[in-house]
Amino acid sequence: MSKEHDRGMSIIVKTVTRLTVGLILLYGIYIILHGHLTPGGGFAGGVIVALSFINLDLAFGGSISAKIFSKGSTAVVEALGAVMFLSLALIGMKYGGFFDNFLHPDGNAGQLVSAGIIPLENIAISLKVSAGLFGIFLTLIVLQKFESEKK
Amino acid sequence: MIELYVLMGLMIAGAIIAIEVKNLLSAVVAVGVIGLALSIIFLLLKAPDVALTQIVVEIVAVILLIRATLHREIAQKSCGHRPFGALMGILFLGLAVIAAIVTFASGLNPFGEPLMTVSQFYPVNAISGTGATNVVSSIILDYRAYDTLGEATVLFTAVIGVLTVMRSVGKKKEEDLQENNE
Repeated sequence: MSKEHDRGMSIIVKTVTRLTVGLILLYGIYIILHGHLTPGGGFAGGVIVALSFINLDLAFGGSISAKIFSKGSTAVVEALGAVMFLSLALIGMKYGGFFDNFLHPDGNAGQLVSAGIIPLENIAISLKVSAGLFGIFLTLIVLQKFESEKK
Repeated sequence: MIELYVLMGLMIAGAIIAIEVKNLLSAVVAVGVIGLALSIIFLLLKAPDVALTQIVVEIVAVILLIRATLHREIAQKSCGHRPFGALMGILFLGLAVIAAIVTFASGLNPFGEPLMTVSQFYPVNAISGTGATNVVSSIILDYRAYDTLGEATVLFTAVIGVLTVMRSVGKKKEEDLQENNE
């Protein structure tokens, strides 16, 4: 057994996490993409996506998800979401006003591709929220633990 | 409506336990009970969007609180007797009760009434106006997108604040280490 296996929680928790963490991530993406059709949306879905990464960290201990999604890349993704949200609002200026729904004629109500820019805004908010919350988790908890282990 | 009162009683009990209990982990669990009961109340009041967001954010908050309080020595301060603070608290509570009695003496409207002009407009026009079948989503991302922009700015500021504060601590420690080495 390598040293990695000693960290984190028991083998039961690790096995269950390995089976379910992908489903949690997929459920978050489903909530985001269907935000204009069913309850939920960018904020709730983004938090679920962040929770799937947090779940990996809690079960396996240490820096498993920090390797996938480092602190620098969370900052980049969060800024990307903010820029995407604002640029959607600014493109609307050309068509009639700030936050104008300029894509509205595409698609019928109730279909996945409908409601104009609302799904795009949901994706932008979900990028912001998931990266932001996971960045806070990394800085507050995982990296603090490394600091105390170094001493 | 009886289940609403039961859940509200549970929330008040959880809040009192969270304040009074000595063990920090038990206090965090009691806070989690408040969030769970609030989420079920939102569901009973037919607000699934808010219920989903509430339960998910509550899970993140409880995880952060547990990981931040566990295995960490937090200075426990025992506050002594403060007669002035207690007096002001009783005075404030009494004034609040008097104000509530005066305000609600003539009776309350039933829940959700009277309907305002805006809340009549959205259910009728949202689906044809925006194409989104989730009316809440069409309000927060189309009619009232300015509010969502403000909310996004709040989260952005919070993340920037956390990253900045934590980074400055790390830098200073490295500088101290270098000075010690020299």
